[in-house]
Amino acid sequence: MAPLLEISDLTIGYGWQLPPSVIAVRGVSLTVAAGEIVGIAGESGCGKTTLALAAAGLLDPPGRVLSGSVSYQGTDLTSLSANELRNLHLAEISMVFQASMNVLNPIMRIRDQFHDAMAAHGVHSSDGARQQAEETFDLVKIPRQFFDAYPHQLSGGMRQRAVIALAIVLRPKLLFLDEPTTALDVVVQRSILQSLDDLRHQLGFGVVFITHDLSLLVEIADRIAIMYAGALVEEAPGRELHEKPCHPYTTALMSCFPPLGGPRQRLQGIPGQPPDLRNLPKGCSFAPRCPEVIAGTCEAVDPPTVRLDGDHRVLCHLYGEKAADHG
Amino acid sequence: MNWKALRHNRSAVAGALIFALFCLVALLAPVIVPYSPTDINFTPLLHPSAEHLLGTSVNGQDILSQLIWGARASLFVGLVSGALISLVQLVMGVFAGYVGGVFDMVAVAVTNVFLVLPSLPLLIILAAYLRGGGLLMLVGVITITGWAWGAKVLRSQAIALRDRPFVQAARVTGEGRWHIVFAHVVPNMLGIIVSNFFGAALFAVLAEAGLEFIGLGNINDITWGTMLYWAQEGDAILLGAWVWLLVPGLCLALLGTSLGLLNFAVDEIANPRLRRD
Amino acid sequence: MRYVVRRFCALVLTCWVALTVNFALPRLMPGNPVETMFARYQGKVSPTAISAMELDFGLNTKTGELGQYFDYLGHTLTGNLGVSFSYFPARVSTLIGEALPWTLGLVGFATILAFLLGTTLGVVAAWRRGTAGWRRASLVDSGLVPFSLMLGALPSFWIALILLYFIAFKFGWFPIGYGLNPGQGIASWSGFASLIHHAALPAITLTFISMGMWILLMRNNMLTVLGDDYVKFARAKGLRDRTVAYHYAARNAILPVFSQLALALGIVVGGQVFIEIVFSYPGIGYMLLQAVENEDYPLMQGIFLIFTLALLVASFLADVLYVFLDPRVRMESAK
Repeated sequence: MAPLLEISDLTIGYGWQLPPSVIAVRGVSLTVAAGEIVGIAGESGCGKTTLALAAAGLLDPPGRVLSGSVSYQGTDLTSLSANELRNLHLAEISMVFQASMNVLNPIMRIRDQFHDAMAAHGVHSSDGARQQAEETFDLVKIPRQFFDAYPHQLSGGMRQRAVIALAIVLRPKLLFLDEPTTALDVVVQRSILQSLDDLRHQLGFGVVFITHDLSLLVEIADRIAIMYAGALVEEAPGRELHEKPCHPYTTALMSCFPPLGGPRQRLQGIPGQPPDLRNLPKGCSFAPRCPEVIAGTCEAVDPPTVRLDGDHRVLCHLYGEKAADHG
Repeated sequence: MNWKALRHNRSAVAGALIFALFCLVALLAPVIVPYSPTDINFTPLLHPSAEHLLGTSVNGQDILSQLIWGARASLFVGLVSGALISLVQLVMGVFAGYVGGVFDMVAVAVTNVFLVLPSLPLLIILAAYLRGGGLLMLVGVITITGWAWGAKVLRSQAIALRDRPFVQAARVTGEGRWHIVFAHVVPNMLGIIVSNFFGAALFAVLAEAGLEFIGLGNINDITWGTMLYWAQEGDAILLGAWVWLLVPGLCLALLGTSLGLLNFAVDEIANPRLRRD
Repeated sequence: MRYVVRRFCALVLTCWVALTVNFALPRLMPGNPVETMFARYQGKVSPTAISAMELDFGLNTKTGELGQYFDYLGHTLTGNLGVSFSYFPARVSTLIGEALPWTLGLVGFATILAFLLGTTLGVVAAWRRGTAGWRRASLVDSGLVPFSLMLGALPSFWIALILLYFIAFKFGWFPIGYGLNPGQGIASWSGFASLIHHAALPAITLTFISMGMWILLMRNNMLTVLGDDYVKFARAKGLRDRTVAYHYAARNAILPVFSQLALALGIVVGGQVFIEIVFSYPGIGYMLLQAVENEDYPLMQGIFLIFTLALLVASFLADVLYVFLDPRVRMESAK
């Protein structure tokens, strides 16, 4: 059976001219199976949002796919017409953007924003659209009375949840969440994440969860992928990544947040800055900041993708053939 | 305020070129006029010919000479009024907004009074009371009626800037009020201020022409507006002298368009959402 | 509702300010034109008429300036705007009452038409520009912007003259001026047709000239709105372009227009005055010119007052309309 989502060696650039001035995503491959939560973590500007937009079929000019492919249930998204893509949106593939508090039209009632979306996909009031929509409100734990309200009458957290409700009202099979809880306080955050997990079990959709907060992913994701400067540097099941991070960047990220229990440690930041995407260095893009850089190799040669035990992938020279020489 | 972007903006370049052309004509007018614009010795109402490229008026003046000379008046009134209006807006808008307190309260009250009064009828009435005053009178009257709206806009911008950290920092380090306004606030509002200037100049050019057309300026001045006044008085329509009717207005439209383009271009650059890549 | 009441109080306040300014204006002008007027009419009119005018004009020096001011306020509130000099003894209010309907009809029709056409074009231009994709710029938008700018830069009276010359004079499709064929009333069908026939060219000119401003206003508002998140999300919901353009973008973009309405109306009024003058259309703009030429100060003042009040009322109505259109304000005002 074809995986729900298959991203294959995808490269995305931004720019009005060719070749584009910025390469935002470089050769990323990723698969998502039905019912699975895949987390993508990385710093701001690492390309995770761009990747998600392209995978959801929402990439607008000046962004363009330069090479590689994105397949949803075996169908290449780039081969679809605008109409066909539009039919997929919300009904099959859904996306919740960053800062979703502002994605609701301020002058339309929430119920109308549900209805027009549902009607656009063939679910009309006569077919019990309202009933279906209100049920999603229950699922995300918003009191039903707010269904007829205007967005400004809801709190930020409720609006966020309303947007999530809208994203799942047509029972899509694939859901992209881009920092869905970043702007909210931790209590609301936990509540939303719990709801999402329950929903996933109930409705069986696949989730791509994007965030810069790795600790969050460790808790909820089945698999986690780490991105840096547009490349996928490591990917493993959540537990595996947490216990045995391989890529030096992942290790550094892990040590950035302190554990709640355990002895107090001195926190290490990652020295240096992410590279300028218009001027990527040769070889491994993390080399300038890497504490375990192999002189002479890392700055000159592109790192290989190495498969390790435990369904673990890493893009690093440390685990390649060269590693054996330096032992 | 991104000056470099201005050079690449098509509207700005087009507007600037046309405007520069008019400036050139106005400056060189004494040299390039074929005849004296006030010379009334020619045969009236001639059609365009080799000797009189645009024909002659009902009073026997060469239209082309008048047209060239008229550029001076429009540019003078446009630029001077625009500058004066901008100055008033700086004080009543930017400074008042920044300083706050009693000065601001009074400024807001005065601005609101002027906003209430409809500009064109007020313009007509003021010009009527001061009739026959010529270009300077027109500049004065136009300035009085044209500053209020822009001042309101500038004031709200200034208030927004006042609360920005870098301005507060300047206050804390003890810089003087006027100094802060000119060194910190104005440079960050330059886009709107310049755009307002062009808008004001456009208003001035059209208002001047309009007032002269209905005979409220000095009808013996040589301006595009008075040319149209005499065309109307001389029944140009009935006599078929359509060139006389056409050309002064065309010049007004072109000059006005150039100012409008510049206004729009500066606006586009200052507001990133309006930009064309 | 409270919002509406507040706006109404503001309206009353500004009306009072307008009246005060109108009172002060002639008294502030150099040379005191009012007294010169009286000097001019001294020999031609009976003394009783003079004292009546004095009273109307508030020039009764016995009561002093403040007394004159309250007289003036009282008179205006009862609709007594004085007596015209040039049409003596016709009352100013009567004269205005005759001319006003012509202007209202013209302005009302032209403004609504210009608004509908202009905002629609603005929406179309902005949408095409915003969704132009790889073409980067849309021809419609690139063409429409300078075109609208030019429309705004055209002197209204000049366009009126040109149209009058070519269409009315040369081709004879429309009459050369005035409101009706002389000697005709509007009570009959032919009278009504004549009315429309005469009003057509002024209306077309006014619409044409004010359209540019609406196009640009709406286009710029739309472009700002198109950058907002809820438009992106609406497209991500799979809604069709037309739905997003109108229900999401345009309906939000039109809101700031209401606060720009006062400015817009000021421009329309300006254009309308000149157009009436060129077409000799019997509205209050034309009457204002005649009053100016005849140095008929009571009539000038009365007309100016009407202009001011009309704009104020229009702004007030726009504010009220805004409350209905923006639920955020509506709920705020209901608290």
